[in-house]
Amino acid sequence: MKVRIAVSLKPGVLDPQGRAIHHALEGLGFAGVEDVRAGRLIELEVAEGTSDADLDAMCRKLLANLVIENYRIERVAARDVIT
Amino acid sequence: MSAFRSAVVTFPGSNCDRDLAVAIEQISGVAPARVWHGEADLPERLDFIALPGGFSYGDYLRSGAMAARSPIMRAVATAADKGVAVLGVCNGFQVLTEAGLLPGALMRNAGIRFVCREVSLTVETSQSLFTAGYRAGERITLPVAHHDGNYFADEATLDALEGEGRVAFRYAEPVNGSARGIAGVLNASGNVLGMMPHPERMIEPAHGGTDGRALFESVIGALVSA
Repeated sequence: MKVRIAVSLKPGVLDPQGRAIHHALEGLGFAGVEDVRAGRLIELEVAEGTSDADLDAMCRKLLANLVIENYRIERVAARDVIT
Repeated sequence: MSAFRSAVVTFPGSNCDRDLAVAIEQISGVAPARVWHGEADLPERLDFIALPGGFSYGDYLRSGAMAARSPIMRAVATAADKGVAVLGVCNGFQVLTEAGLLPGALMRNAGIRFVCREVSLTVETSQSLFTAGYRAGERITLPVAHHDGNYFADEATLDALEGEGRVAFRYAEPVNGSARGIAGVLNASGNVLGMMPHPERMIEPAHGGTDGRALFESVIGALVSA
């Protein structure tokens, strides 16, 4: 079973990388981009039946740093897997 | 009085471990044990543990994140809880925050760029194991070399750190966007210090300065006489 973990900086935490990407988009002539926040997408292949609690613990213990980041766990249905 | 016993931990990708070991040996007269990250145990009866700078695990996931979960860090956390002095420099500071031994996090420098130069610092307190050999308010110069040195903590944590005298060093010039210019912080018990600047690179005149020497003299002196 595939699980996607989206890790993003908490609101209010300055994101220098997002700011640089924003600046670069403007430099390429894309107008109307109001804000850019850069995050991280982690895909896990886990055993069927892996519990929400286990996935949550993985995020809290390693995948996200809760001082600065939030995370979102998404179980990916087989038909939605992009190969 | 028993001999001073210290250890320097090496993670895959550490690159300042030898510099730290040389500094500790020069000032204490005793070479520290060198401990690999995969070890489960530290040598017995340690007085002092140092975590070096570098790019452990290639900074994968987040700087210091993988090293903080390595086997030796459980032993370091246990030792820190018992009051053993722990110093983390640069990547060592990142490892200590990731391991939860120090509050806050070290984020990408606000200017995006890697910063590698000498910077001016203010010693914020002389009331600590590591800074007793400095005067509070003293201006010193140490080198920095990091990409992720931008210290972040929420406002309540920053207020607590300042209120409790746990900010050890502050940048005296803009360096990396750190909250309130924080360059080094102590834990609540005062036996764990993390700092981005490199004191081990300024301990003899040939280094271009000796402002890092007092840090090692402070902590080693206190532990040897204890």
